[in-house]
Amino acid sequence: MTALLELDGLSKSFGGVRAVKGLSFAVEDGEILGLIGPNGAGKSTLFNLINGVFMPDSGRLRFRGLDITGTPPHRVAKHGLARTHQIVQPLEAMTVIENCMVGACFGRENLPRAQALDTAREAAVFVGLEDRLETTAAHLTIAGKKRLELARALAAQPILLLLDEVLAGLNPTEIAHMIGVIRRLRERGITILMIEHLMQAIMSLSDRIVVLNSGQKLAEGAPAAIANDPAVIEAYLGDPALARELQQGSGDERRAP
Amino acid sequence: MSGALLEVTALEAGYGEVQILWGISLAVQPGRLTTVVGANGAGKTTTLRAVVGSIAPWGGRVVFAGEDVTRLSTHAKAARGLVLVPEGRQLFGAMTVEENLEMGAFSKRAVRRYAERLDRVIALFPRLGERRRQKAGTLSGGEQQMLAIARGLMSDPQILIIDELSLGLAPVVVHQLFETLKALKEDGLTILLVEQNVHLAFAVSDHAYVIAEGRVFTEGPPRSLAARPEIRRAYLGL
Repeated sequence: MTALLELDGLSKSFGGVRAVKGLSFAVEDGEILGLIGPNGAGKSTLFNLINGVFMPDSGRLRFRGLDITGTPPHRVAKHGLARTHQIVQPLEAMTVIENCMVGACFGRENLPRAQALDTAREAAVFVGLEDRLETTAAHLTIAGKKRLELARALAAQPILLLLDEVLAGLNPTEIAHMIGVIRRLRERGITILMIEHLMQAIMSLSDRIVVLNSGQKLAEGAPAAIANDPAVIEAYLGDPALARELQQGSGDERRAP
Repeated sequence: MSGALLEVTALEAGYGEVQILWGISLAVQPGRLTTVVGANGAGKTTTLRAVVGSIAPWGGRVVFAGEDVTRLSTHAKAARGLVLVPEGRQLFGAMTVEENLEMGAFSKRAVRRYAERLDRVIALFPRLGERRRQKAGTLSGGEQQMLAIARGLMSDPQILIIDELSLGLAPVVVHQLFETLKALKEDGLTILLVEQNVHLAFAVSDHAYVIAEGRVFTEGPPRSLAARPEIRRAYLGL
């Protein structure tokens, strides 16, 4: 496998807060790479750096060998990189198919209208919105809006798709459906970098996992290795030293006369 | 009846269209310290909010001291002694320490023996006595957490529910707060605590619930839980 996206020493601060610190890893062609980490670890900031919403303070980004550092989002999309947002914001007054057409028209190719319509319809059907093509986005349920968010990104015909918590807020049936959609995306050859808090889902979907903590890479590897990594376990379960201190403290009291 | 002071059965709740809790059941025995742990987004705070009534439960039951209080308002529950110390403290920053404590003693139940209770919480947190006339917003993080707990105690709770005790606090302060909780428990207070540090939660509690994705993943006395692989699974999915 070859690296599709390479991050090389990426850093980004907001005021005094160093949200991402010297981060390096690669997304391999054809894989599903899961990005996990406690709240505030820097996951969404990283997505914004990759698709050009934020300009990194330092470090480089290469996509298919091309330096895309600081490239604005609409040009990143042209290179074949699309994303979904954690808080979905469809164009509320437009229908499902119209929303997807926006993706198709401003994605990897500037498709003409007729072709954009075909691509948009295919994307909407792919995520399971075939019965809702003419529904106004504002009238969709949360699950419907989540599907639309994915369909809109898909209509841009990405090579690499960034998924930001597409499972959050869904019920178990909807989660199972969405997991199926993600698996089929990969079968179609789309590489996926995904952020997800539902750990069972991301551990079973991902080929590899990168763990972020306080803006830095804490670990990288296969899901089973990650789940057994002591540093990862500590990041999630908390520092055991505090508890030891507390127990030793009370032990001392008991010994005291 | 299980003899529990607080019994939550199949609690469901969420925000807008999004369901967060998918049937949480837990029991808090009187005079015990019970903790709820779980990863970010597991539903810990939502559980507490649905229990005290700051959000309305979608389903399930909350029984407190033998009475079904599921549909009661937060202040009606507080008047019965079911009291929450919220995450992030939610103090009245422009008011003094003493005024904040007064606000805690708002209910009819708590107005009685106000002076006595004030003396007691100040004995428990001498720092607050020293800073009685200081504005709450100017206190350190640790002092604010002390004040939030003290304000909760001023309402004469039967059960004190604390959301995220140790979050963002220095180890020495955390240590102090947990010593105070231990003292309160020895005085007979029932405590339900949400704590992000699992080791800390297990070290101090009599009974622990591990929740993940809006459900109880496992529960038991912490000594038996600590060694179980389920804990890791609840947090890391494998």
